[in-house]
Amino acid sequence: MGFDKEKIIRDFPILNREIKPGKRLVYLDSTATSQKPEVVIEAMNDYYRLYNANIHRGVHTLAEEATAMYEQSRVKVQKFINARSHKEIVFTRNATEAINLVAFTWGRQNLDAGDVVVLTEMEHHSNLVPWQMLAAEKNLRLEFIPVTENGELDLLELPALLNLKPKLFCFTHMSNVLGTINPAKELISNAHKAGAVVLVDGAQSVPHFAVDVVDLDADFYVFSAHKMLGPTGIGVLYGKENLLNNMPPFLGGGDMIKKVQLRTFKPNDLPHKFEAGTPAIAEAIGLGAAVDYLAAIGMDHVLAHEKELTAYGLEKIAPLEHLKIFGKDITNKGGVIAFEMDIAHPHDVAQILDMQGVAVRAGHHCAMPLHEKFHIPATTRASFYIYNTKEDIDKLVEGLQIVIDMFG
Amino acid sequence: MDDFYRELIVERYKNPVYKGELDPHDFSYEDENPLCGDHIHIDVRVDEDNKVTEAAFSGHGCAISQASADLLLESIIGKSLEEVKHFSKEDVLDLLGIELGPVRLKCALLSLKVLKAGIYGVGELDEDLV
Repeated sequence: MGFDKEKIIRDFPILNREIKPGKRLVYLDSTATSQKPEVVIEAMNDYYRLYNANIHRGVHTLAEEATAMYEQSRVKVQKFINARSHKEIVFTRNATEAINLVAFTWGRQNLDAGDVVVLTEMEHHSNLVPWQMLAAEKNLRLEFIPVTENGELDLLELPALLNLKPKLFCFTHMSNVLGTINPAKELISNAHKAGAVVLVDGAQSVPHFAVDVVDLDADFYVFSAHKMLGPTGIGVLYGKENLLNNMPPFLGGGDMIKKVQLRTFKPNDLPHKFEAGTPAIAEAIGLGAAVDYLAAIGMDHVLAHEKELTAYGLEKIAPLEHLKIFGKDITNKGGVIAFEMDIAHPHDVAQILDMQGVAVRAGHHCAMPLHEKFHIPATTRASFYIYNTKEDIDKLVEGLQIVIDMFG
Repeated sequence: MDDFYRELIVERYKNPVYKGELDPHDFSYEDENPLCGDHIHIDVRVDEDNKVTEAAFSGHGCAISQASADLLLESIIGKSLEEVKHFSKEDVLDLLGIELGPVRLKCALLSLKVLKAGIYGVGELDEDLV
């Protein structure tokens, strides 16, 4: 369908909302969670209205239909990220749970006292805390690629870190605060040469540009549906088949077993081995619809649109008085602009913008170490997606001007 | 918008009257709201009858947290510590003259929390006590 701006905006019912008297909603918080198009909402409604049933074991019509739709969503996700097999797509609750799954299973099985895990200073808490927990349990050594003043990974430090022969390297494909798009293919290739297994946090990348896990050669790649037009409550763990096969199961229960006796069980085949209990069926179907929607637009169009908005946003926001943008000069920057104002706290900025109908986020955006690095407690963050326009950015700038008039 | 960022709040944020430090002081306490990084430190001097003679706050945070600290300290001057112990959430909201949602309520009440923790001489005050 290509990139039809008017049609895309019409597809999102929430964008019709008058959020404050006389103010239409200007939603600039997609990095936290995206809005959902009608087709995603309807796909989930259809499941509940027309073919609601539990999956995999039923033989009645509803169960067969539900199972087919659930498994079709898996195949859609597989094709969307170009995985080799549907067996490599595990549905989780979100990206966070996917990382915890890897830490709990692969990590516990393969990491021992003294082993090095390399992370980066720009990670979201979801790609820090699971490794801190495992490090405390196993006495692992965590090392970090620093972030430069410019807001990029300091790759000059990488060789020294890889010389430590890390067993695992985890990094975010795109920073949720700075918008930095990291050179994932190069990082993975270097880490593999050093013998590390690589996990990539794709929560901010899969929604915004084309990701090919085979071309990247990622060992594990995780993301959440709700940031890519899909529902909350479902995420994806991609893992190479041989790795997933050799990992112990995660949660125990129904569906993840092939055979159960009173004292033993035999785990199910991939990917069901990692999907214990009744999963988020409606949400998986919603994710499938979101993938269809994004694929129809084309991820190259999505990225081009967001790059255009980001360039326009930087051009309009950077000259404002009392305002400093973090990561303004990042070479490869996605649709995120985080900034600080020396006259007003981010909460006040966000509240005044909200009164204008402009939704942004204020705080540490689940990246406290990154904020500490830049010696700031919190930032205000505007982020862009397919349904945003240059007019949205103009509204943001108007709101910021009100902040300046009030506090300046 | 004019309701929320009343002139009084913006004015007290930009030009606080009770900002600073008191050394020596009779008691002092500080705390922060980890969610937004707001930080408030309060120093208080009392006379022989345990009435507040001087008070000052330092720290950083949003307009609501800073203005409420300034207004709160203004309102306790001349009051006995027993009276201050009875200051409530509603008293702070009355000072600010606005209604707040649950997120911003924490900003508004940080100074009261710090002040009471200082008076009670306890390490950390349960939010229920505020």
